[in-house]
Amino acid sequence: MSTKIVIKRNTYFDSVSLMSLSTKANQIEGVEQAFIAMATQMNKEVLANVGLITPELEEAKNSDLMIVIKAASPELAEVALEAIEELFIKKDSAVGGTELKYPTIESAVKNMTAANLAVISVNGSFAAREARKALENNLHVMMFSDNVSVEDEIELKKIAHERGLLMMGPDCGTAIIGNMALCFANKVRKGNIGIVGASGTGSQEISVRIHDFGGGISQLIGTGGRDLSERVGGVMMLDVMKALNEDEATKVIVLISKPPAKSVEQKVLNEIKNMHKPVVVCFIGGTEEAVLEAGGHFAKTTKEAALKAVILSGIDESQIDKHSLNLPLIEEIKVKLKPEQKYIRGLFCGGTLCDEAMYLAMEKYDDVYSNIPKDPEYQLGDIHISQAHTFIDFGDDGFTNGKPHPMIDPSSRIARFKQEAKDPAVGVIIMDFVLGYGSHEDPVGVMVPAIIEAKQAAEQEGRHLEIVGYVLGTDLDTPSVQEQLDKLVSAGVTYASSNTNAGLLARGFVEKGV
Amino acid sequence: MSRINELFKSELHVINVGLEMFKDDILKQKGNVTHLEWKPPGGGKPELIAALDALEQEEIAAKIEAANKLAVERIVNSQPVLVGFDQAINVVPGMTKTTILHAGPPITWDKMSGPMKGAVTGALVFEGLAKDLDEAAELAASGEITFSPCHEHNCVGSMAGVTSASMFMHIVENKTYGNIAYTNLSEQLSKILRMGANDETVVARLIWMRDVLGPMLREAMKFSENGIDLRLMLSQALHMGDECHNRNNAGTTLLIQALTPLILRTDYTNEQKIEVFDFVAMSDYFSGPTWMALCKCALDAAHGIEHSTIVTTMARNGVEFGIRVSGMPGNTWFIGPAQKVVGPMFAGYKPEDSGLDIGDSAITETYGIGGFAMATAPAIVALVGGTVDDAMNYSVKMKEITTTENPNVTIPLLNFRGIPTGIDIRKVGQTSIMPVINTAIAHKDPGIGMIGAGITHPPIECFEQAILAFSQSMHS
Repeated sequence: MSTKIVIKRNTYFDSVSLMSLSTKANQIEGVEQAFIAMATQMNKEVLANVGLITPELEEAKNSDLMIVIKAASPELAEVALEAIEELFIKKDSAVGGTELKYPTIESAVKNMTAANLAVISVNGSFAAREARKALENNLHVMMFSDNVSVEDEIELKKIAHERGLLMMGPDCGTAIIGNMALCFANKVRKGNIGIVGASGTGSQEISVRIHDFGGGISQLIGTGGRDLSERVGGVMMLDVMKALNEDEATKVIVLISKPPAKSVEQKVLNEIKNMHKPVVVCFIGGTEEAVLEAGGHFAKTTKEAALKAVILSGIDESQIDKHSLNLPLIEEIKVKLKPEQKYIRGLFCGGTLCDEAMYLAMEKYDDVYSNIPKDPEYQLGDIHISQAHTFIDFGDDGFTNGKPHPMIDPSSRIARFKQEAKDPAVGVIIMDFVLGYGSHEDPVGVMVPAIIEAKQAAEQEGRHLEIVGYVLGTDLDTPSVQEQLDKLVSAGVTYASSNTNAGLLARGFVEKGV
Repeated sequence: MSRINELFKSELHVINVGLEMFKDDILKQKGNVTHLEWKPPGGGKPELIAALDALEQEEIAAKIEAANKLAVERIVNSQPVLVGFDQAINVVPGMTKTTILHAGPPITWDKMSGPMKGAVTGALVFEGLAKDLDEAAELAASGEITFSPCHEHNCVGSMAGVTSASMFMHIVENKTYGNIAYTNLSEQLSKILRMGANDETVVARLIWMRDVLGPMLREAMKFSENGIDLRLMLSQALHMGDECHNRNNAGTTLLIQALTPLILRTDYTNEQKIEVFDFVAMSDYFSGPTWMALCKCALDAAHGIEHSTIVTTMARNGVEFGIRVSGMPGNTWFIGPAQKVVGPMFAGYKPEDSGLDIGDSAITETYGIGGFAMATAPAIVALVGGTVDDAMNYSVKMKEITTTENPNVTIPLLNFRGIPTGIDIRKVGQTSIMPVINTAIAHKDPGIGMIGAGITHPPIECFEQAILAFSQSMHS
C-alpha cells in the first residue's frame, strides 16, 4: 500500500466541488482511498480519524488544497494523481441553452476540436490574415473573398502546401467535399468523378453535366482563378491532383481551367504522368497534342469533358442522352435574322461559361471582343459599350467592385441586356442563369420582364431578337432546372441543354452566307 | 494519409467567417457549421492590424506568451489579506496633509468632472483646509493642493475616489508577493462624498467615520492574529451570489461576520458599536471597497513584467478612461474618453443627468469579478436590464479577451469555471470585444450623488494606443 500526498499551496476550491471531485477520484482504478479537500482544521481532523494525517498535512493552511491518495502501489498512486489532475480541468459548455459563439478562429478551434475547414468570405483586406490563422490552426481553407493580393495567395498556399492542407482561393466560389456543397455549388449526385478547377462556374458546369449524364461527383475542389497563373504556379491544383489520385472514392479526375499560363499548364500535364487514374483535361483554349502526350484525355468543351469523364467512370455510353445540337433550329433562326443582325452579345455571370462561349465564337469569327479577352487586342475600350461580337463576364472586377456577384445581384446585367436588345446589329443575346447554393433564388424570373419587353420592342421594329438562355442547374437544385426552363420558354427564349451547346447555337444563328 | 485525403473521408466541421448565407446553406444540407461573431481586427484600422500582426511574429509572440503566463500566475497566486485599518496620512505612500488622491488617470482641477469637483471641495472642508465649499473651490484652484491618482499611491478609490489625509484606509497585504494596497472605507450609498455630494450631512458622516468607525476597525483588527483572507472570502461571496462590484450583499455579511468578534473586543462603548453595526446594516455596499483593495493588491503584483500585454489597471476620472499594462511599467496610462453608463436610474432622474463613467472600481473587472463574473449574480440581472442568460454570456464572452481562468475564484453557474483572468490588449484588439464593467452612476453636477447603476465599457482608444505603443516597444 502506498500513500501519495500533494499540497497545492494557496489554491481554493469550494467544498461542494471538492466533495464531487473526491467522489470521482475514489472511482479511479487502483485508488484505495482518495481525499481532496481544503486544509481546514475540520478536514485535518477527518484525515486524522482515518489515520492519514502527516506532519506536512498538519502544517497546511486554510487556503491550501490537500490531495491524499492511498493506492496499491506508488505507480498506481502516480497514475491516480494524474487522473485527479484531469478532473480539475473543465471544458466549455453551452449555458442556458444558448449557442456558443466565438469571435476568432483560434477560440472556435480551441473549443471545437472537430473543426476541419474554414470558409472565409470577409472583406479582402482582412481575408488573408484570417486564412493564415486558419492554416496555422490546421484548418483547410476555402477563401471566397476576392481582392487578395497575389503575394498573399502565394504565401498562404506555401503554408498550406507545407502543412498538407487545402488552400482553396482566394476568389474560390465552389467546392463539394464529401457531398457537402460549399459557397456556390449545385446539388449533384454522389459518385466517383473528382473535379479540380481553377474556374468556379466551369467546375459547376462540369459537375452539373456529369449529373445530367448519369454520373456523380466524389469531390469538387476549386483552387481559385489565379492558381494556374505564372506566379502562383498551380500549387493547389497539383496538391489536389495527388490527393484525388489517392482518394479511394475517386475513379476519374477532371481538370478544368480558364486558359492557364503555359509553363504551369506543362507542370500540371507532367503530373498526369505520375497518376494511375484517367485524367480528363479541359483547359479552355488548350491544345490536344500536349494533353494526349501527357497521357490525359483531351476535352475541348465542358460538355465534352463531362461526357468523357462519365464514360471513363463506367457508365455505358449507349445509355447517355447526349443532347446533340439542334441543327434544324439553327437553320430556322438564321432565316429569321436580317443581314445586318450579325453579332452575338454574350452576357454572363460565370467567367468560364463566358470564356467557353467566346472561344467557340472565336473559332468562326475574328472580331470577338470582351472584358476578359486572352488577347489584349480584343479588350473592349469601354466595358460598358459592346463592339462586334462581345462577351461580357459580369463577375469580373470591373463590374463587381463594391457590388455583390451577378449570381446574387442581377441588376447590372439587366441594364446591359436592355441596351444590347436595342442594337440593330445584334442577332442573338446569350445568357447564363446559375442555380444552386449561394445563387439568386430565381435568376430567370428576375430577367423575364426585361426579355419580354425587349422582344416586343424588336418585333415592333420588324426585327427578330433571338435570345439563348442556358440554365446551369440540376433537377435537385432549388429552384429546379425545369422550373427555370419553363419560365424561359414562356418568355420566348431558346434554351440550350449545356453551356457548350448554348455557345454553338449562338454562333450558328448569326452565321451568314453558306 | 495526407491531410487532404483525411478531409475527403471526414465529416466536414466548418467554421464560417463572413457571409452568413454560406452557413445557412451548410445547415440546409444538415452539415456542421459554426458561424464566427467576427469583427475586423483592430476595428479595421490598417495601422492597428499591422501592429497586431507585428506582435504575432513568432519570436515576439513567444516572449509575450511567457510574460503573460507569469503575469496571470501572479494574479492567480496572490493572496491578499486584510491586515488592518489606519488613516491615509499614516500609511499611504506619498500622502501629505494637502494631497487629494482621486480616481482614474491624472487630471487637473480645471478639467475635473462635476462629481469629482464636488468630492474634492467636500474633502477640503472635511479636512478643515477650507471653511466652506466656495473657499474649498478657490483652494483647489490655487495650486496649493496636490492632486494625484489613487493608483499611483498603491490605492484605489470608488467613484470620484477622493481620498484625503485623515480618512481611514483598508490595509491589504499580499501574503504571496509582499506588496500592499489601500482603499477608503465605504460611506455606503447615495448621497455621499465619493459620488460628488458634499453638504454638512456628508461631512458629518465622514467625521464620524474618522472618529468612530475607522478607529474601532483599526483597534479590532489588532485582535486578528493572521488577518482576514480576502480571497477565500471573495470565493465564498461569489458562490453566494455576489459579483462583488455592484452586488455585495453576501460579501458584506461575510466581512462583518469576520469583524464582529474582533469589534466586540474593542474598548468602545456598546452605543458606539451599535452605531457601527447599524451603519453596516443600512447598506450592502460596506464590503465594496474591500474587494477593490484585494484586486488592486493582486494586480499590482503582476504589474511591470517586461513584454506582458496584460492589463493591470482600468480606471476612470469622470472625464477620461485610462488603462495600464503590465509590460509598460510605472505609471504609463493609455487614455480615451470616459463613456456613458447605461442602466436604471433612481426615481426622478433621467439619463441626461448622468455624469460620465467614473471610479477606480473597474479594478474588479480587471481582476475578473464584477461584470466579468456577472454569471455568479443572477439577482443583479435586473440592474443591467437583461436575462440570466445574458448575465452568463457576459462572463463567457470575457474569456475571449482574457488569458486564463482563476481556479481559486469560481462561478457555480458556469460549471465552476474560474473567473476570466488577465485581460490581454492583443485579444481586445483582435476581437473588438470590450471589457464589460458594472458600475454606479453619479449625477453630473457636484453636490448630488448617486442616481443609478448599470453597465459600461472602456473606450477603444485606450487599447488602440496600448497596442501601438507595445508594438513599437517590442520592435525598437
